Amino acid sequence: MIVAEQKPFQEIYESVREHQNLLILGCGTCVTVCMAGGEREVGILANQIRLAAKEENRKMEVLEHTITRQCDEEFFDSTVSSSIREADAVLSLGCGVGVQHIVELFDEVPIHPGLNTQFFGANLQQGLWGERCAGCGECVLDTYEGICPVARCSKSMMNGPCGGSSNGMCEVDPENTPCAWQLIIDRMTKLNKLDKLMENQPPKNWSRDRHGGPRRTQREDMTL
Amino acid sequence: MNQTQHKSRSQLEQVLTSGHFALTGELGPPKSCDRAHVEKKAGYLNNSVDAANITDNQTAIVRMSSFAASLIALSSGVEPVMQITTRDRNRLAIQSDVIGASTLGIKNMLCLSGDHHSFGNHPQSKIVHDVDSVQLITMLKRMRDEGVFECGEEIRNGRKSEPAPPKIFIGAAANPFADPLDFRVIRLAKKIQAGADFIQTQVIYDMQRFREWMQSLRDKGLHEKAYILAGITPLKSARMAQYMKENVSGISIPEETLQRLSGAGDQRAEGIRIAVEQMQELKEMEGVSGIHLMAIGAEKSVPGIAEEAGLLPRPSLTEEVSG
Repeated sequence: MIVAEQKPFQEIYESVREHQNLLILGCGTCVTVCMAGGEREVGILANQIRLAAKEENRKMEVLEHTITRQCDEEFFDSTVSSSIREADAVLSLGCGVGVQHIVELFDEVPIHPGLNTQFFGANLQQGLWGERCAGCGECVLDTYEGICPVARCSKSMMNGPCGGSSNGMCEVDPENTPCAWQLIIDRMTKLNKLDKLMENQPPKNWSRDRHGGPRRTQREDMTL
Repeated sequence: MNQTQHKSRSQLEQVLTSGHFALTGELGPPKSCDRAHVEKKAGYLNNSVDAANITDNQTAIVRMSSFAASLIALSSGVEPVMQITTRDRNRLAIQSDVIGASTLGIKNMLCLSGDHHSFGNHPQSKIVHDVDSVQLITMLKRMRDEGVFECGEEIRNGRKSEPAPPKIFIGAAANPFADPLDFRVIRLAKKIQAGADFIQTQVIYDMQRFREWMQSLRDKGLHEKAYILAGITPLKSARMAQYMKENVSGISIPEETLQRLSGAGDQRAEGIRIAVEQMQELKEMEGVSGIHLMAIGAEKSVPGIAEEAGLLPRPSLTEEVSG
């Protein structure tokens, strides 16, 4: 899923404090699961904003709404669409995709982002998410038996490890981040495939990543 | 290893191919436009080493470029080993630097991934790593031997022009002490397979571990495929040694060395004595072709250390290869 975290409250409040009629729009998919922008977070943030506005004697109407997915037009029904149009501004608790999709659908309404969108990750334990994919556009997981050096090595080395691997951890964050190459070597050893690593991997084709410019995917079989 | 056909005709290459025990030094460029700083350090190294590594934004701190400082070293009589990290430049920038540097007489280049930028003075910068250190070696080897850029295009101006590829003696680094230990020889083999002509190791304090590493390297015949230069840095004090032991990954310092240092009256002199003893042992070790003496910030002490280790005078080989 896409993992995000809420921006600091002060930054959010500064961006919306001038509005008198604010709609906070949550998203029911990825950011609900990572507890950054679902219905619950919308409710908490709405109360914080109401309190902050009250403290400085500002008149501010704060509405709350959460839809299934901000990145898909079909979930913007007539109710939420009119709420968006009637608001002075929308504070989106969707990821960066959601924010921009609202802009594309409702180009007359100011939109503010409430989240910092971070990465494609997995839920590792209660309250903890870790990056697992960098969306490079040309998956190398088969070469590395299911552990991605692009997303998980601090230097994205295709022929690692560098000298910064210590006790299984990456020197960039030795407390929390395992060395991806230690993981790859351990897994190859377990699968009796260590020989696979003897082969030097050529430079990666980054043009499939966003280094080739913004990407789009078109499915001819799905296009109307 | 071919004794007659030189890849770059660098002094370092000639010293190694003619069977001499090599000595390389290290010169850290300044954090300013201070040309005299490079010239002064080069003055200490001149005639004491066969070549000196010119670091590339070492520890991810912005300094005079390795390319520029290499040229200053060259004009000061010190043959440079231009270090290239993959941290700051993509394949376009690296290759253009390589042909530029080769054109201007820089013959040795060392391929590194570089210290992560989060440890340096611009931790908010965008990291590059378009290629990694192994891929960088391959890229340089293909540029030299096949006369092509990474994309496959020939290194010449046009169809009617003569090919003009760079002439490079290609170096790589190896760390015998970093984790995962068992994989380190395999990784070195990968670098040699990619095309490294010489290898400089991470600084060695744990001689026992190094002996074992050399043994596994010899078992695979790797010492016959590339020249191995053993990394040495004299310890300045017991405190520095303790700090390095605890805080720098890939550094192993035996307890015995720590005790010897802390028990010494003059710890700095003792550190040099230990380094000299190591160098003397390494000189006799099968498969070790030279020493890489890294005395960053202490370049002045290099001639003295080289002398004590019995590595002076350096061979002068211009006569031997003039034909």
